[in-house]
Formats: sequence, C-alpha cells, structure tokens
Amino acid sequence: MRSRAYLPVTIAAALLIGLLAYGLTSTGADTTLDAATASGERVAPPTQGSLPVLGGQGTGSLADYKGKVVLVNVWASWCEPCRDELPLIEKAHEMLAQRGGTVLGIDVKENSGAALEAIEEFGLSFPNLRDRDGGYVREWGQTGYPESYVIDRKGRVAAVRRLPVTQRWLDETLPPLLDEPA
Amino acid sequence: MMLRRLLPLALLVLALLAPAALGAAPRASLTDSEDEVMCLECGTALNVSNSAVADQEREFIAELIAQGKSKQQVKAALVEEYGPRVLAEPSDDGFELTAWLVPLLAAAAALGLVAFTAGRWRRARPAAADAGDPALDVDDERRLDAELAAFDR
Repeated sequence: MRSRAYLPVTIAAALLIGLLAYGLTSTGADTTLDAATASGERVAPPTQGSLPVLGGQGTGSLADYKGKVVLVNVWASWCEPCRDELPLIEKAHEMLAQRGGTVLGIDVKENSGAALEAIEEFGLSFPNLRDRDGGYVREWGQTGYPESYVIDRKGRVAAVRRLPVTQRWLDETLPPLLDEPA
Repeated sequence: MMLRRLLPLALLVLALLAPAALGAAPRASLTDSEDEVMCLECGTALNVSNSAVADQEREFIAELIAQGKSKQQVKAALVEEYGPRVLAEPSDDGFELTAWLVPLLAAAAALGLVAFTAGRWRRARPAAADAGDPALDVDDERRLDAELAAFDR
C-alpha cells in the first residue's frame, strides 16, 4: 500500500523539478550569434520571420532586402542610448543607400504613435518594422538596447553589436561588406 | 395639473433609459488598469514598474482614458499595439500553459483526495457502529428487563 503511494509522489516531484529546470534554462539569452561572428563565421539569421511595417500596411522581413548589406538596428524611443545613437544610424543609412545597402530599424515594445513621433523628431529615412513584444529580437539573443546586426549581401549575419554603434565600428564593419559581390 | 400629467411620461422615459445607463461600459481608470497590464521590459505589473517602457505604456493608457474608452477597449488597444503579452495573464501555449494547467490539476487532485477520503470515511463508519454495540450479558439483560418493567407499573 505504502509503495503504491510512492509512485505518484515521485512522478509529481520529478515533473516539478523538470518544470523548474526548464523555466530556469529557457530565460537566458542565446549567445550563438555572438560566438559565431566573433570567430569570423557568417551564419544564417536566427529567424526569417516577418514583422508589421511601422506606419504602413502589411509586413516586412529581411528577405525583402536580398542582395543588399543591411544594418539591422534595434531601437525604441523610450531608450535614451537609442535616441543618442539614432543620428549616427541615419547617417549610416544615407551612406549605405548610396552603395546598395540599407538600415532596417526594428522598433521594440512601444506603441506606433510614440515610434512615429521619434521618426519625425530625428528625421529618419530608413524603413522600420515593429516588434511589438520583443519576441523577434529575443531570437537574435538580444540583451539590451540599442543593438545592431549586420547582414551581408548573401543574407548571412556578419556582425553583431550589443552596444550603441560608434562611427569607428561602422567604418570598420560596413565598407568591406559593401565591396563584396552579391 | 400639467406636472401631474407629465409625471407618468417622465417616469416612463426614466424606466426606458435606466437599463441602457446600467449596461453602458464604465470608463476605464489608470489605477484600475495598471494591475492588469504588464511592463513588457521589466516583466512586472505596470503598477509596480518605474521603467521608461512602463511610463510610456501608462501615457498610452492615459490617452485612451482621456478619449473616454472603456477598460475593455483600453485592453484591446494595448494588445493591438504591444501584443497579447502586455496583459497580465499567461498565454495558452508553451511554458506559460502550465500557469493555467497547474491550478486546474491541483484543484482536480484536491477534489480527488476529498472524494477518496470521504469514501473511506463513509465505509469505515457503519463497521465501527456495528463493532461498537456489544450484546449485554445475561445478568445485565435481566436487570434491564426488571427496571423497564418497573417503569410500566
């Protein structure tokens, strides 16, 4: 009788421990991209998903920019470092646009009204998508704001920046990729 | 005289309008909404969040309230702008499904335990009742009969 009672208790305890372990391990950021790009490797983007276009109709994705060098910039108007970085990102877009590239902004966790106000305030001319709850950038192993990812002409991730970009980082990262054939 | 004639009409109008007034959705308030909305960046309810994201969410809710939106309309607009995770209730897929399932399973287990215990208790009682009623010995039975007979006299 007593041994029969042990079985469900053991199963319940094992399930509880498994649940706790899953909860703990599923919250950490994925560092696969960082490790790959740090070793000079180029990898496929972690997601090919599409997102709603900010201030427009329909959806957009990286696939829309095939053959271009894309600087993906993760930003939000409530993020002060993002606001400080936006003028530099706009400048980078102007340079990229002349050489077959673009910036693709991913506006995260804010209402479209606030995001559009910031676009007007900073005079941003690059396209933007909306990651309403941050689920898209989480797949890129996002750890903070702002962040930038550089996609080469073959659609592979060539660089990851987990901090605000600097002019030096842009100068070292973008021109070599722009010189590569599609 | 005129007032007396208008009184039934006024009462009729009031009777017709009352259900509509009661059925109308009440206007939302920020304090009432804050504990049901999540700060997306902090992962806590909005009423205990002080981050910039939380401030922007509060500002968005305040704008909707100023437009006269009901609580349900505010929640719908929040989901439209921020996605379903903005509401302080777990989603019904993936790991968060356990937040719905665990209380249900716990309640089912508790009910099962109560039913099992009650069944055992009910089965045990008649047996105890039978066992607790021993027969009188011959002397006691004779004395009892004598005393009962004394009452009859």
